[in-house]
Amino acid sequence: MKRLPLLLLSGLAVAIVAACGGKKPEPVTPVAGPDADSLARAQRAHEDSMRAAQDEADRRAREDADRQRRIADSLAAIGQTTNAVKTLLATLIHFDYDKALIRGGDASVLDQKVSILQANPGLRIRVSGHCDERGSDEYNLALGNRRATAAKQYLVSHGIDASRIETVSYGEERPADPAHDEEAWAKNRRDEFEILAGGDALKQP
Amino acid sequence: MTRTLALTALSLAVVAPVRLSAQDTSAVDRGVRIGILYRPGVRPGIVVLTGRAPALDSVRAIMARDIDYSDRFELITLPGSDSIRLAAPPSPPVPGPRPAAGTAAGKTSGGAASAGGLNYPLYQALGADFAVAVTPAGGDSAVVTVHDVAGGAVRREVRSRLPPLTDPAFRMAVHRLSDRVLEATLGAPGIAATRVLFVMDGKVYVIDQDGAERRLVSSTDHSAMSPAWAADGRRFSYMEFWQGHGRLFVQDVASGKRAPVPTTGQALDFTPAFSPDGKILAFSRAIEEGTDVYTVNIKDGCCLQRLTVGRFYDNLSPTYSPDGQRIAFVSTRAGLPQIYVMGADGTDQQLFAPFDYGATGSSNAPEWSPDGQAVAFHRDVGGTLQVFVLDVRTRAVRQLTSVGRNEDPTWAPDSRHMAFVSDRSGYRQLWIIDLETGRIRPLLQQSGARLPAWSPRLPETASPTP
Repeated sequence: MKRLPLLLLSGLAVAIVAACGGKKPEPVTPVAGPDADSLARAQRAHEDSMRAAQDEADRRAREDADRQRRIADSLAAIGQTTNAVKTLLATLIHFDYDKALIRGGDASVLDQKVSILQANPGLRIRVSGHCDERGSDEYNLALGNRRATAAKQYLVSHGIDASRIETVSYGEERPADPAHDEEAWAKNRRDEFEILAGGDALKQP
Repeated sequence: MTRTLALTALSLAVVAPVRLSAQDTSAVDRGVRIGILYRPGVRPGIVVLTGRAPALDSVRAIMARDIDYSDRFELITLPGSDSIRLAAPPSPPVPGPRPAAGTAAGKTSGGAASAGGLNYPLYQALGADFAVAVTPAGGDSAVVTVHDVAGGAVRREVRSRLPPLTDPAFRMAVHRLSDRVLEATLGAPGIAATRVLFVMDGKVYVIDQDGAERRLVSSTDHSAMSPAWAADGRRFSYMEFWQGHGRLFVQDVASGKRAPVPTTGQALDFTPAFSPDGKILAFSRAIEEGTDVYTVNIKDGCCLQRLTVGRFYDNLSPTYSPDGQRIAFVSTRAGLPQIYVMGADGTDQQLFAPFDYGATGSSNAPEWSPDGQAVAFHRDVGGTLQVFVLDVRTRAVRQLTSVGRNEDPTWAPDSRHMAFVSDRSGYRQLWIIDLETGRIRPLLQQSGARLPAWSPRLPETASPTP
């Protein structure tokens, strides 16, 4: 039953082709009956394409893995850079007793911070000033404020936007070394630098 | 060395006209002492009598200690005191009996017990000028009888309700009685009913002036500093660190509730100080420009005012004169911090405590005395801190301490006692000195206490909830 319309359609198609053909239609490839050679060829072609597809898939997998590795490597590299920069940025500076002047040796430490801040425009930091326990508790809040501000002024005078640096003072309330000797006091008279924002991926200056 | 000598010379010159010069006299003192003029024996003797009511023993004990700590009496302890009773036997073997004759001057005395049932000659012989008896008066009341031993008469009877021993208000009620005794005997207001605020481990505590009843009053996670009392004793203020900023709070003693001070907390605000009328809070504010003294109206919560403008130096630690007209403060305008004074509106700023430029060490932590006559502060002497007192009228400065490191003095309301921080015992703790006698006693034998603030005489309604 289903054959009939199909046959009709085929006949119609042939008729149309014949009708339109100013040029004699190419002899339709004779629908040769299956012979042994053609079967083998088809089989070979199929196997070739399968192999090619497999190779292609393998290649893609390798490329994917390579890409992942490259991404991971570069992330690690960025992470290492970021950590290195963070460490550099966190380097303390120290002060003489009851003084808020930047020491000569600490200027280079601050210069590094200038470069880091310039290389990472999104970076915002907080400078906290600290004192040793020898001075007056309350006066040390004012002194710590001077110490934090001194570092900020240095950075600003070397081209860093003032709005990127916040200053606070903790006086003698947060000693880095709780001991009560000259060595501890020298450690405690310091400025600390912490990242407020923009510290996820830092560029090396 | 020359600095020390110069200072010593200065102190000596200053000390000379002073009637009594207080110096360290505690047993642990080993340092140089300058001009001790204290003579024991000139103080009136007083005896606190034991009574028949054991329930009142702790009242007597607290009262005796208060009287002792007032440093205005020779406290006479009776030998085998339990055997001496209020009503002595009619014919006692009095050493050195006086003629039994009443005089027109009212000096009744004699071998027999006189009015009030007290054996006046006995106590007079023991050196007592006054005797204090505490007796139950029914219910939860007690009567404190102050005897004038020399006059041979009862000078005053004070009846008072006493809360039960377990009541948190008990000790303060007894302290008030002690102050009444001082008032009845010498006409001088006492300091028994007072407390001292201080900071330990970043928290604010309060302790009775006799070292009892230490309590935590600030309990947040934020580190606190610089407690200060309002002159009415009903409120106090302190600073807390909030993410690098200093926020000021005013706390009500009775309710324990606190409120942040308007306009503070956006910068590093610290060292609050109440104006005597309680309407204004002066404080230090550190900004990038430097530290300066500001005031804010805490009554209306408005009107921030800047009193000092020190672009290249710091101004901090304000303290009001008791008349509210002036503010003493610290300024680094001459280099090292020194004590200055200005009008309460910031005008007429001038040096207050003279110093030797280039020789005198840093001076800090000024506090104006309640009687207005002196400003206490501490000064760096040879690398350590010592307590000094500035005479407001003559502007003479004298050194009070010399042993160990001594700092952050705070006046008792009688303007003759002072609490301060000292490491004379090996670690930093709170001590109390009497400027008249030079006597020193520990207030709190615990390491790490600092920044004390002595209260005014506390009003009865301001007993805090423990």
